[in-house]
Amino acid sequence: MTAAVPPALRAQRRRRAARTAAFLSPWLIGFSVFFLYPLGATAYYSFTHYDLINPPVWVGLRNWRYVFGDYPYLGQALRNTLWLVAIMVPLRVLFGLGVGLVAVRLRRGANLFRTLCYLPFLAPPVAATIAFVFLLNPATGPVDQLLDGIGIGTVGWFNDPDWSKPGLTLLAVWGIGDLMVIFVAALVDVPREQYEAAALDGAGPWQRFRYVTWPAITPIVLFAVVTGVIQTMQYYTQAMVAGKVASGIVGGPGQSFEPGYPQGSTLTLPQLVYESGFSTFDTGVAAVLSLILFAIAMAATALLLRRRAGFLGPD
Amino acid sequence: MHRPLFRRFAAALAPVAAALLFTASCAGSGSSGTGADEDPGKKVTIKFWHGWSQDREVAALDGLIRKFNEKHPNITVKATSNVTDDKLIQGVRSKNGPDVVSSFTTDNVGQFCSSGGWVDLAPFLAKSALDPAATFPKATLDYTQFEGRRCALPFLADAYGLYYNKDMFAAAGITAPPKTMSEFKAAALKLQQLNPDGSIKVAGTMPVFHGYEFTPAHVMAQWGPTYVGADGKSNLATDPAAAQFLAYQKELVEALGGFEKLEKFRSGFGDEFSAQNPFQVGQVAMQVDGEWRTASIADEAPGLNYGTAPMPVPDDQVDKYGRGYLAGTVIGIARSSHHQAAAWEFVKYLTTDTDAVNTFAATIHNVPSTFAALNTTPLAGDEHFKTFLDIFRNPHSNTTPASVNGGQYQVTFQEFCYKWEAGQVSDLKGGLQGVDRQIDADNAQARP
Repeated sequence: MTAAVPPALRAQRRRRAARTAAFLSPWLIGFSVFFLYPLGATAYYSFTHYDLINPPVWVGLRNWRYVFGDYPYLGQALRNTLWLVAIMVPLRVLFGLGVGLVAVRLRRGANLFRTLCYLPFLAPPVAATIAFVFLLNPATGPVDQLLDGIGIGTVGWFNDPDWSKPGLTLLAVWGIGDLMVIFVAALVDVPREQYEAAALDGAGPWQRFRYVTWPAITPIVLFAVVTGVIQTMQYYTQAMVAGKVASGIVGGPGQSFEPGYPQGSTLTLPQLVYESGFSTFDTGVAAVLSLILFAIAMAATALLLRRRAGFLGPD
Repeated sequence: MHRPLFRRFAAALAPVAAALLFTASCAGSGSSGTGADEDPGKKVTIKFWHGWSQDREVAALDGLIRKFNEKHPNITVKATSNVTDDKLIQGVRSKNGPDVVSSFTTDNVGQFCSSGGWVDLAPFLAKSALDPAATFPKATLDYTQFEGRRCALPFLADAYGLYYNKDMFAAAGITAPPKTMSEFKAAALKLQQLNPDGSIKVAGTMPVFHGYEFTPAHVMAQWGPTYVGADGKSNLATDPAAAQFLAYQKELVEALGGFEKLEKFRSGFGDEFSAQNPFQVGQVAMQVDGEWRTASIADEAPGLNYGTAPMPVPDDQVDKYGRGYLAGTVIGIARSSHHQAAAWEFVKYLTTDTDAVNTFAATIHNVPSTFAALNTTPLAGDEHFKTFLDIFRNPHSNTTPASVNGGQYQVTFQEFCYKWEAGQVSDLKGGLQGVDRQIDADNAQARP
């Protein structure tokens, strides 16, 4: 038997719920308009034939069967994305951390060093990528001329399927300014007295890093890894521009899309989503690809966050 | 008391609502929304989206628009240049998109027509008593319709042939352009110059598929491929043209130093549509290209001593010498147009007015696309350009067929060709069968 709730209390609860909803409403509206509705619409379109000109026609699982059975680019794009997540993200984090460590330890010229390291991040991605393609051109680029001059020989970079992703990784590592800034902020926040105590206990540089710096900055490292994975899942501009500039097929009027030059090695899922959705206007396939991308990004993020406790240590 | 009042109110509103609904449905599908039956004298502004981007081309087009305005002072044309096909389709689907649209990608006509994005021109042609067969050459009519629906008209055409450097020919002791693929290979070998380290200094030709216009579609045309069988399915594996073409291409690449060596040299090329074009700066001695290159050379490399000829044909098809790949700019009326009558006047002017066709063709060095213009074009007097007029008229010249998903089948085949030239395909026949299966699956997916 439950006691009846007095009307005054019910009214108070209703007011509290209304107040809570009012405070939450900006987020709820934004979440619904910019996430829930697009997600629902994407799921719906994945079961339709929709060319964006004529009304959608329900086709059941046809788009899903096509993407998983006949679509020729999915496997290649997934492999490329996995490669970038496994290689590019850790290298960016390591390099960003390394530059951050140097930046906080410099006694003179620290500001100049930080500025120089941050500047590449400000370069527009398209311009930076075009510059890299020219610098790394195997026939005329100064990098290859230097490599050849010192006897290493030339590398194909963006014209060679084995070297195109390392080329993109170099570009990503060059623009490390964003990570450097957050690592510098994190490193500056590590309590100085802990370093002094560790030094008094006879800890060397590695031990100070392992037992003082690392536990303090681990949440920032986790943040860098999670955002890096999500950004890499959405990797589009640099890969597309590098492929187009290096191939000489820039997608001008009358030229067809070439997926991931050279030989599909720079093809990523977002490129496929754009191509299907806005070039061949197969919205159904684009929706399926978007949902696959969403599922992978969600799974990767959940996995990283579930391991957060182990990652951060017992404290 | 209230209910009868409400009922009376509702009863009064019902016919109004029905009328509104009817009007709305008419606006969506009838002529009042499209402007197809608009008074020809009505003052309107139409939007024209096209892909031309070079100053010379845009200026020539603006000149045509001015002449059109003299004939139709009530129609103002607002032109937007450098529009790619994806932007164009995005515009077509919007409510305030372009009225008149043109594309360089003839392969995409199937997509434009089947989606309804470009409207059927048959009623307009009938209204103007314009007989396409009597006005335009057959090849251009083929690539401007899809499955019987004519949603485009040809607006100048492109023919592909061979450009060769006469000075390099003379230095190599070659007296005439090659007519067969064997002669082409021999000439390319003679013309190739190497640096002391063995790298390429001047290429006889650039036979890799990223060598600008040396694309599978442009070059395979010399073998006369059909692409589609009688059953409507892709037939690259059963039509011997594809296998013969790819075998020849590999042979040519190997003879000239191999794929990697050629690719490395190619990666140093300047932009195709700039003064740094490899043929114009003497990096290659022979190049497959369209007729428009004659204008670029005149502008950017006037001192270049060059000649033009049809592309060679396979040794067993010498009787077909003179053929080439044909394509061209297509133009139509967008579904987004609310002034289709005015848009048609502009399309009709650009595509059928002999003076307009000849003026624009002569300015941008494209092939005129009507019989009347072909017979009177001043370009016939240009020794370099005349080659392309002859290729255009050649009955064995051909094009790539329109497909429901545009040029997707070309992309699929091209992808296979990239793997082939890189040595990643061991079984050519099996590989081509895979390409056919893929193209058929893509085509099936593209249909509702």
